[in-house]
Amino acid sequence: MRHLLSTEDLSLQNAIRILDTAEEMAAVGEREVKKLPALRGRTVVNLFFEDSTRTRISFEAAAKRLSADVINFAAKGSSVSKGESLKDTAQTLAAMGADAVVIRHWASGAPHRLAATDWIDAAVINAGDGTHEHPTQALLDAFTMRRHWAKLAGIPSTGADLQGMRVAIAGDVLHSRVARSNVWLLRTLGAEVTLVAPPTLLPIGVEKWPCTVSFDLDETLAKGVDAMMMLRVQGERMNASFFPTTREYSRRWGFDDNRLRALDTLGLKDTIIMHPGPMNRGLEISSAAADSPRSTVLAQVRNGVSIRMAALYLLLSGETREPAASSHAANPNATYSHQESH
Amino acid sequence: MAEQQQHASNSGAYLIRGAAILGGAAEDLLIRDGIIAARGPHLDADGVGVGDATVIEAAGLVALPGMVDIHTHLREPGREDAETVETGTRAAALGGYTAVHAMANSTPVADTAGVVEQVLTLGRAAGWVDVRPVGAVTVGLAGEQLAELGAMADSRARVRVFSDDGICVHDPVLMRRALEYVKAFDGVVAQHAQEPRLTAGAQMNEGEVSAVLGLAGWPAVAEESIIARDVLLAQHVGSRLHVCHVSTAGSVEIIRWAKSRGVNVTAEVTPHHLWLTDELARSYDPVYKVNPPLRTDADVQALRAALADGTIDVVGTDHAPHPSEHKECEWAQAAMGMTGLETALSVVQHTMIETGLMGWADFARVTSTAPAGIGRLQDQGRPLEAGEPANVILVDPAARWTVDPSKMATMGRNSPFAGRELPGRVVATFFKGHPTVLDGTLNTPYRWPDDAADAPAVRS
Repeated sequence: MRHLLSTEDLSLQNAIRILDTAEEMAAVGEREVKKLPALRGRTVVNLFFEDSTRTRISFEAAAKRLSADVINFAAKGSSVSKGESLKDTAQTLAAMGADAVVIRHWASGAPHRLAATDWIDAAVINAGDGTHEHPTQALLDAFTMRRHWAKLAGIPSTGADLQGMRVAIAGDVLHSRVARSNVWLLRTLGAEVTLVAPPTLLPIGVEKWPCTVSFDLDETLAKGVDAMMMLRVQGERMNASFFPTTREYSRRWGFDDNRLRALDTLGLKDTIIMHPGPMNRGLEISSAAADSPRSTVLAQVRNGVSIRMAALYLLLSGETREPAASSHAANPNATYSHQESH
Repeated sequence: MAEQQQHASNSGAYLIRGAAILGGAAEDLLIRDGIIAARGPHLDADGVGVGDATVIEAAGLVALPGMVDIHTHLREPGREDAETVETGTRAAALGGYTAVHAMANSTPVADTAGVVEQVLTLGRAAGWVDVRPVGAVTVGLAGEQLAELGAMADSRARVRVFSDDGICVHDPVLMRRALEYVKAFDGVVAQHAQEPRLTAGAQMNEGEVSAVLGLAGWPAVAEESIIARDVLLAQHVGSRLHVCHVSTAGSVEIIRWAKSRGVNVTAEVTPHHLWLTDELARSYDPVYKVNPPLRTDADVQALRAALADGTIDVVGTDHAPHPSEHKECEWAQAAMGMTGLETALSVVQHTMIETGLMGWADFARVTSTAPAGIGRLQDQGRPLEAGEPANVILVDPAARWTVDPSKMATMGRNSPFAGRELPGRVVATFFKGHPTVLDGTLNTPYRWPDDAADAPAVRS
């Protein structure tokens, strides 16, 4: 695995390897000295063409805990906003000796372009591209779900998958990179995924995805759900006729107090409530739901640092780096020989 | 100019020996003084006076009428960093063309007699092919008011094809008026069928692949709904309509229906839509970004069948060169378009002839006769017979070559066929009896006589 661009082409073996490595990284976070020397002398660039303080500081914390040098490159206020191309920006970073580029971009596929061209020879991590994918978000979600699912089964998280777990993802699937990355990764890990959305917010072609699609959140809950993930409704959708009003959206597809109570009524005592943040309280999720003991919102944030440490470590630690000429996509046959040694 | 004409060599005679005429029996063609002087099995034995002619051994080659592109972007005036009339028409000659229709989306837009005459003049100065300017339908392609269609029709450029290509004439009233108005000079409106509201921000075909890639979809219905409206409008006002770059199976069905009802509609397909699909977008490489977008394999098969059965009349390249910086970027930032002039023949051979859907006579119909008819070009797309204008190409159908955009004559390097091995090679192109291409390489341009302006090459 040379880059982390999507979960669609992430093998089960690689997915489990990242999740397991993140468990080890989480243990580091619980120590008094939360730092490993693993990436000392390596440079990680956070290249953000789109504002996302949460994701940026999560990657920054991850890189620093691994002792890497971190450069934050925010496109706003830089030469990028003066019309510098992605190619020139990438070549500039290459000339400065970046070992890894963590890229957030408003354009779907921008990380693929960095990885597929000869503009820069660095590991590329997709930190969210347009409406395409957000693989580290899906990995941290899966990490959170796996801890919950393994605990219920009374087994250790490490090495486990999500076989049989019922996951519902509700909201704006059409524009959601989080939903896409989750669908592919959860499929790989063996979970059963149901997407719940207004028909206007599902992409044409969703019927080919490895999941079930529903327009009815209550019906989906009644069938039984082990993890309920709510997606953020973006402000710009509200005036583009995707749904009549935010109130109607909230009534039909929001996780409100009634639906929170329904979990108890339905006997779903172990169901967790997830949200990638930032939340629109009162729109797609009620405050009671967000703050309930079922909510994993803060655990997700915490786990995000562990997942990003694992991704950086696996891509940058010497033994796993493959020659530059190798395939840019995550290679299902890749092995992590160093893992056996620690 | 006068000096160049002194050095011009338009007057040579050429004996093409043993070419398969339209892929049929091998015969000789004698080209002299701009026309096919004679055609027959063994002209040098027949005493037709071939003595001074340069002999071109053409055994194994196919002789075809010079190709006519109904849809070319030459970029000049305004974007000479992308292409010039000189470079674009060199590419055309190498690709087997003897005439191209230069689309109107230049800067300034070709929406006045002055601009179309400028393009005509540039084309004649280059001398590689007949450059037929297309006039804009609306001022500045803005879709608000009709351009001076009559002035362009009456100009030295004798414009007969009008198009806002790149932008759809989406206002139904404006489209109706344009269709009606061009009847006054036997013009045709070539529509870029794209409903703008359904395609705001669109990046690729809307379907299974766009859903995964998270790229905004360009739904087939945005093309089909405009074509359906336009064929009904054309029927209502009794006008001639041409549909540019048809890309979906549904569009084919609508055009087939319209033709069965007697609507005077013609349709075009690009070489790339006859072969490539939206699966290629998975690479996020913008060389595959084009408008209309690459569709699905079911669409490709429907387009091939439609071209074979005549529902689609012509192949148009939609040759759209772009500077490299417009493709070396994120998909969403990239310009739409692909080069096509130097690969069209090979791609059509691969997709239509080698699949058994067509023969070379059909090829001549869809690449020469029919587009010349749509553009009302008098001396293009003619039969390969004695007395006809000598716009002739020789093709080696057995040749195989690998596409290398860096070696093309076009300034555009954005060929989606880069690295693919293609069949068929243009060996020679005769434009008005003059070889613009010999041995597969550029020869010399044709030099127009000084009084060419007074000899309009358009049927009136």
